[in-house]
Amino acid sequence: MPVANIQISETPLVLYTLRRADDALILGHRLPEWCGHAPMLEEDMALSNIALDLIGQARELYSYAAKVEGRDNDEDKFAYLRDVRQYRNLLLVEQPNGDFAQTLVRQFFYSAFADLYWRAMMGSRDATLAAIAAKSEKESAYHLRHSSEWIIRLGDGTEESHARAQGAVDHLWAFTGEMFAVDDSERGLIDAGAAVDPASLRDRWLKTVTGVISEATLTLPQNNWMQQGGRAGRHSEHLGHLLSELQSMQRTFPGLTW
Amino acid sequence: MYTQALNTGEADDRGLEDAARAAQFQARVDAEERIEPNDWMPAAYRKTLTRQISQHAHSEIVGMLPEGNWITRAPTLRRKAALLAKVQDECGHGLYLYAAAETLGSSREELVDAMLAGKAKYSSIFNYPTLTWADIGTIGWLVDGAAIMNQIPLCRCSYGPYARAMIRVCKEESFHQRQGYEIMLTLCRGSEEQKAMAQDALNRWWWPVLMMFGPPDGVSQHSDTSTKWKIKRFSNDELRQKFVDATVPQAQYLGLTIPDPGMTQDADGHWRYSEIDWTEFKQVLAGNGPCNRDRIAARRKAHDEGAWVREAAAAYAAKRQHRQTAQAAE
Amino acid sequence: MATPNTPLWEVFIRSRNGLAHKHVGSLHASDATMALQAARDIYTRRGEGLSIWVVPSTAITASDPAEKGMMFEPAESKIYRHPTFYEVPEEVGHM
Repeated sequence: MPVANIQISETPLVLYTLRRADDALILGHRLPEWCGHAPMLEEDMALSNIALDLIGQARELYSYAAKVEGRDNDEDKFAYLRDVRQYRNLLLVEQPNGDFAQTLVRQFFYSAFADLYWRAMMGSRDATLAAIAAKSEKESAYHLRHSSEWIIRLGDGTEESHARAQGAVDHLWAFTGEMFAVDDSERGLIDAGAAVDPASLRDRWLKTVTGVISEATLTLPQNNWMQQGGRAGRHSEHLGHLLSELQSMQRTFPGLTW
Repeated sequence: MYTQALNTGEADDRGLEDAARAAQFQARVDAEERIEPNDWMPAAYRKTLTRQISQHAHSEIVGMLPEGNWITRAPTLRRKAALLAKVQDECGHGLYLYAAAETLGSSREELVDAMLAGKAKYSSIFNYPTLTWADIGTIGWLVDGAAIMNQIPLCRCSYGPYARAMIRVCKEESFHQRQGYEIMLTLCRGSEEQKAMAQDALNRWWWPVLMMFGPPDGVSQHSDTSTKWKIKRFSNDELRQKFVDATVPQAQYLGLTIPDPGMTQDADGHWRYSEIDWTEFKQVLAGNGPCNRDRIAARRKAHDEGAWVREAAAAYAAKRQHRQTAQAAE
Repeated sequence: MATPNTPLWEVFIRSRNGLAHKHVGSLHASDATMALQAARDIYTRRGEGLSIWVVPSTAITASDPAEKGMMFEPAESKIYRHPTFYEVPEEVGHM
């Protein structure tokens, strides 16, 4: 029996919440791919902690989306029964782990944004999002510190680590612009004070990023062409493989309780 | 706190290791005193403990692999978070144990290198594959259950750092077995297919789990001195029997059948299991289990591919120190 | 080739305000900042801490157990340091 994807009533608030939930879930799925394979046991611990924070954020956001939507969807249906085109996460978070430098640069770009974003969202007029933001902000602040320290060490470490870190920065830079994009469905929420305008965070994000990158003796690429599409379900090829693994149990054994 | 510097190691001890000191040491152990890192101890005690604690640590780390195999495929987000937290705990336990082993004078790097070179062992149970989600439930229920049986007496081990590490491990591990049993319970209350999945996992794991307690008494190499030194407080067979007696009713509650048709309950209520296939045990220990090569290869790959990261951190630390020294000189 | 050693750090955690920092274990890290982060990730996963100290293991000077007699036994005979050494009549009340 084939398992159908769920139907979603994508009102602006549902869509908005799902987008943030998907960011957290996909990144929270990627990081534990390191579990048992990290460069040192201490980092196995650290990456797992970050992943657990992110999975926790995803669950709260999915549950809220389900409540707002008011159908019979829930956190697991959102996670396990949507296909690539229904996923709304940033392209950045679905990029493969690559080497340790790529994983940490991805984390750094995202956490530098998430830290600002959640802090601003604490002032959301949507009480649930504000509450989730208050919890997530502290988590993101630590993720930012952890990844920043690593960027500095990799960049200013050995010749090899510098080259790898610079390669990761060059590769992932094109996926950072999407974090600051706003479409019509979000505009209304921003105007109503339920969401923050990410564009207003860009200068501070760039300041944080530039500071760490230069301390790490790295440079940001000159090419500012940015990839987009994740928010509208136009993903890289990587996401399909990620989902086929993430969803394998629910797709193979439909409708069961685990 | 265990400064490496004070652990001068066996070379210095050997000259002083006379009968009087050994007798004094044994008297302390007999009086249930704890031995601390910088105390005098027989070289063989140090060696036995280094071997046992580091094997225990390796087991925790290699043990991350079979369960880690399912983190990306856990069937619900709740299960995913719980499994990740559990595998992460195992990493933490490995770290606590390496730290305890290091107090005896070997560095973690030396201990890990020995494991990667195939010179140090880890629990043979982790050389079996996790094929279905029910394996994750079974590992939590049985493998962690067996580990807890082994570990609780170790909380009173004569060596202080090992005992303290075990207290922390046991405290944290209390959720592991429960999450495993809960997975099994959910499967057994589910569809026929899920029940069959649970039974199949039990069938595959039961005997290897019984082997976790080690060779039968009388064959076990290290038991006598370990008992005398109060490293070991129960024999392999005693712990195995205790585990079986605790597990049979749990299996009955799940409605699962233990794959041992010859099992009977004796007059004292003990469940008597059939002969264990020790040939299989020896083969797995010798490196011929289904996953031995994969496990070591995975740990080696992580170690080798992580070398540049560790080098970068060390290089940065050296640069920073150099800069600070230069600044102070100005 | 033998893996080079990463420095060892001792970790101390204050579990509640009002309590002293207590030794909880050790870890490996290349520098103090990384040691502090690792201590947080390893030793406070269940909310065990409000404050962390990390100290390079090599910075600790420990007493030698072989000198236990000289170091600690002289204190055992100084019972006059303890309040129960002194007799105060019950009528005087708690003191």
